Amino acid sequence: MEEEIKATRKVKSIRFGLMSPRMIKEVAAAKVVTPELYDKEGYPVDGGLMDIRLGVIDPGLVCKTDGQKLKESLGHFGYMSLARPVVHVKFVRIILDLLRGTCRECGRVLIPEQKREAIVEQLDRIEEEEGMTGRRREFLSAISELKTVSKCPHCNAKQKKVKIEKPTTFTENDKRITPIEVRTRLEKIPDRDIYIFGINPEIARPEWMILTILPIPPVTMRPSITLESGERSEDDLTHKLGDIVRINQRLFENINAGAPEIIIEDLWDLLQYHITTYFDNDDSQIPPARHRSGQPLKTLTTRIKSKEGRIRHNLAGKRTNFSARTVISPDPRLELNEVGVPLSVAMKLTIPERITEWNFEYLKKFVDRGPKKYPGSNYIVRPDGKKKKITDETREQLIEEIQPGYVVERHLMDGDISIFNRQPSLHRMSMMCHRVKVLPGNTFRLNPAVCAPYNADFDGDEMNLHIPQTEEARSEAEELMQVQTQIVSPRYGLSIIGCNMDALSGNYLLTRFMKVTKKEAVDLLSSCSITDFSRLPDKPLISGNEVFSVLIPKDFNFIGTTKKGDPIIIESGNVKKGYLDSANLGEGSGLMLRNINKRYGADKSLVILGRFFRMGVQAAHKMGVSVNLADTDLDAKSEKDIKNIIEKAEKRVDELIELFRKGKLEALTGRTEEETLELRILEVLNKARNDSGKIVAENAKENTATNIMAYSGAKGKTLNIAQMAACVGQQAYRGGRINKGFKGRTLSCFSQGDLGTEAHGFIARGFKAGMKPNEFFFMAMTGRDSLMDTALRTPKSGYLYRRLANALQDLRVEYDLTVRDASNKIIQFRYGEDGLDVSKTRGGVVDVKKIIEQTT
Amino acid sequence: MDKEKLIDQYAERLPKRIIQDVKAHLPKNCDTKRLKKIMEAVVSEYEDTLAEPGESVGLVAAESIGEPSTQMTLRTFHFAGVSEMNVTMGLPRVIEVLDARKTLSTPMTEIYLKKPYSDGKDIKKISQRIKERKLKEFVKEISINIVENTVKIDLDKKKIEEYEQTHINILKLVDKAAKGFKTKQEGDTIFIDTVKEDNLNEIYKLKEKIKNLYFCGIKNITQVLPIQRGDEFLIVTAGINLKEILKLDFVDTFRTKSNDIYEMRRVFGIEAARQSIINEVTAMFESQGIDIDIRHVMLVADMMTNTGEIMGINRTGIVKDKSSVLARASFETPIKHIIQAAMSGEEDYLSSVIENVMINQPVPLGSGLPKLIANFDNQKNKR
Repeated sequence: MEEEIKATRKVKSIRFGLMSPRMIKEVAAAKVVTPELYDKEGYPVDGGLMDIRLGVIDPGLVCKTDGQKLKESLGHFGYMSLARPVVHVKFVRIILDLLRGTCRECGRVLIPEQKREAIVEQLDRIEEEEGMTGRRREFLSAISELKTVSKCPHCNAKQKKVKIEKPTTFTENDKRITPIEVRTRLEKIPDRDIYIFGINPEIARPEWMILTILPIPPVTMRPSITLESGERSEDDLTHKLGDIVRINQRLFENINAGAPEIIIEDLWDLLQYHITTYFDNDDSQIPPARHRSGQPLKTLTTRIKSKEGRIRHNLAGKRTNFSARTVISPDPRLELNEVGVPLSVAMKLTIPERITEWNFEYLKKFVDRGPKKYPGSNYIVRPDGKKKKITDETREQLIEEIQPGYVVERHLMDGDISIFNRQPSLHRMSMMCHRVKVLPGNTFRLNPAVCAPYNADFDGDEMNLHIPQTEEARSEAEELMQVQTQIVSPRYGLSIIGCNMDALSGNYLLTRFMKVTKKEAVDLLSSCSITDFSRLPDKPLISGNEVFSVLIPKDFNFIGTTKKGDPIIIESGNVKKGYLDSANLGEGSGLMLRNINKRYGADKSLVILGRFFRMGVQAAHKMGVSVNLADTDLDAKSEKDIKNIIEKAEKRVDELIELFRKGKLEALTGRTEEETLELRILEVLNKARNDSGKIVAENAKENTATNIMAYSGAKGKTLNIAQMAACVGQQAYRGGRINKGFKGRTLSCFSQGDLGTEAHGFIARGFKAGMKPNEFFFMAMTGRDSLMDTALRTPKSGYLYRRLANALQDLRVEYDLTVRDASNKIIQFRYGEDGLDVSKTRGGVVDVKKIIEQTT
Repeated sequence: MDKEKLIDQYAERLPKRIIQDVKAHLPKNCDTKRLKKIMEAVVSEYEDTLAEPGESVGLVAAESIGEPSTQMTLRTFHFAGVSEMNVTMGLPRVIEVLDARKTLSTPMTEIYLKKPYSDGKDIKKISQRIKERKLKEFVKEISINIVENTVKIDLDKKKIEEYEQTHINILKLVDKAAKGFKTKQEGDTIFIDTVKEDNLNEIYKLKEKIKNLYFCGIKNITQVLPIQRGDEFLIVTAGINLKEILKLDFVDTFRTKSNDIYEMRRVFGIEAARQSIINEVTAMFESQGIDIDIRHVMLVADMMTNTGEIMGINRTGIVKDKSSVLARASFETPIKHIIQAAMSGEEDYLSSVIENVMINQPVPLGSGLPKLIANFDNQKNKR
């Protein structure tokens, strides 16, 4: 009971502040006095930097402070006294503000008493409006006015100009002020004046910014590594601290020995340098401290900041156990919400199951099979939390030992909950919950229909699998993340999962062309796990539409259009008219899939979708879809027509060039004549390509595999067919024709000043006819350009996304339906003005028309 | 009429748009009984479709904008329906808007016109009136007489008349620019006597200054382009000066707009700025054929404008305004934020997402929002 209460305890808040020298001493477990780390036996020296009072990093040793062993003891801070005070780099700017804003004699703020109230009031107002940064800025401008005040309004002392030199030295009228002096001045500032600077003196007295005592971080945060040779390699921080301790000692000795002031000052500066680099080794104003090898040391600031730093790498991003990663491959026979897991993975990943009276015998068998026999188990966990590995030796004994209350970590089995993910995880559909299906082989298998949300393909993509370990996590994953709950994209409120590739061509073939015998129809339907064939019409030849209709629920009605614009009508579950293509079955497609989802719910619509998909694949199998070179053949007439079009276009371009050369080309407003010429030529050539494409499309035989792919929307457009059959077209580079290359020409095979079509990247023939070397080169140019474009875009959009996510992550809908941020500020009174959740709408709206039709 | 009334009774329970939709699609022969049924069905559908409390709408919006932006092309310039004028498009433009940049790479104004002009009347002429013109366009020549140290300006009277700018006192204009010099006008020529001797450099500078003197039109408008959109003529300009443009009598002040959000904020107010953020962003995604629900863009725009000032989505804008130290630190420049927090003794109440992720606690969103309270002491006592 006691323990469980502890588990529910939460951190309420975290307060930030400065540590006073007294506080540092109070929390310290040890005083560090010697730079030595270990004695001859390799045992940490008392009073050294690796003192075991500061925590332990060696197995077998016990921390002297808390008596705990390695990995149990968190470590403890130590401290060290500095021979002379030293400035903390990170507070230099604030110290400067304080020195400039206060009297050098009496320490009061340089604001006359009568003005004080007004300024404070203004500052408080600014802070309320703009926060701390606003206050600081406002105060600085107030100070800049005060800087000219040469006399203290309180004690009439003359003020001098304080400047800062390089990283940490303060000067006054070009004379250096030592940190000791700075410190005494800061000490003099009364508490009530410190508030004006936006500093809370109860938490951060300014004199604490000058270090007299340096806290030594626990050893556990700077562990040493033992190299293969048995040599110890210390952490960068330990190195740096060693330097500090060494110099500090020398400084002590010299002061005690009464050494000349020059030597002491040199050492003091050196100490300042070491402490400065200890805090921040990336300051551009000072040379960074380096290893012997020359690479800069990683000190405190480097550890915290940037993407690889503590905050973004370890705190905001975490790593998990119970995960696996391997290559993915497709398997259309899986359900959409299943994932095929290799046996080898299933035997490594486990699910904890608690033994009760009722499942005792069941779980005992798992323990009995052990880790090597599937389905077995790898560990058992005793009620006191001790984990025991199951091995051949311990198995017998553990079987005897287990009883209700123990936990068995059994192998992954069919139907277990898992979370499947592909990076980059750009939207919530990039992490979905799948049910495990243990399969032979070494890859994760997934239904190709869910490629779209993951943006996955099978050219070597790898994906990650996570196994939730608690009942809460599993139920959340199941309820909120399972594939069927994610079918509708929250981006636009339509189905993001649908048929693709073969499934589309297959369904298109089936519903448009195929006629099958009853036996064949039953075969097709069986492969989509349909067992009830009563809906098949009783006739020898059954049309594809009739076969497909069996998959549609009996009471489903839909009227839509196909990709081409033909009507498609589904009446009480029967495709009455039209055929199915990507406009109604595809990913992110129209309302058909969305309506099915709305009508029949997530679970059922997933099953229906899976059947559609398998039916398509099966139909494609049956029909056979195979590309043929002859698919792109043209008859003699079309060939001639296309040739004509292109020749005409080239002639037209020549005319334009002629016109331009004579200076008779009328420039478009705001354009030079050259630009106008380029635009006009592009226009002409694009038209030629489109026209020839049209001829190809008209000429194309409807039932060639290439065309079927284009028409069904499975892959490719008619444009691509035209490119193969007739004309590749103009290669566009940076929004125009290709103009790069040598002086006056693109390639050395053209004459200078050639403005013709071929010299600037127009490819008049198709892929099938082949390309000339220069054409090939131009194509490679544009190809390369688009690769560059992608490479440059990814980090840009990635950063935009990071900023957006960071700015908006706290927004949520409250119980009063307002949208609020973390500090409960209202951002919208109703989410999206009407409160609708996009992923529950149909394309972003409530379909009123549909409701009216349905209510009678 | 009765039906309308009945429908309007639901005005409080349904958003305006749905009410309108019902009115638009209602069949004529519908009786009150059926209508009531319909309305109830609509209400229940609407309530089913509402976003659940705790829904992390912000992150969904960020995802919905961030994910497709990886598919956008980088192509900086494109033709905004007009092949004559270049406009920043695609991802760079989206970044520009969401970043709330003060200086745009292609500032633009779309000027809608009042009735006779919107049909194309005098379109060329009035568009020319808008463009900023420098003095150099209205002179035949500006020359320096090295011997006498004078500058001679030959005015182009014909052109001045053509542009109906005869009322401008050019001498006064030049006089203002050439302070400390003697100026005089003889017919169409203006002379400037330079008092200082032999300072050719100075005189040359003066000449350049005079050349670029503002003469007429609207300042800042560097390029004008009358275009036809549908049946309507409008003027697109490069450069922005809404305040002056709106003063023109032929301008439709209700629809004229600029692509500079700050200009919209200055001239029309924060709500207009919000709307123009929405318009600009949606237009960019639409032009690339990317489908994004407007609610996501709305949320971003509301976030950017909810203080009454425009805040960009960056560390000096929205992120700066966060209440949590750790949330700010986790974005950019962590050390700065932590030091600042230490100085003022700030306290982080762990009310947003990222801090709770850091310390392994449930985040206050979605299923982490509701809290169950169990009184353990009581239970103990019972036992």
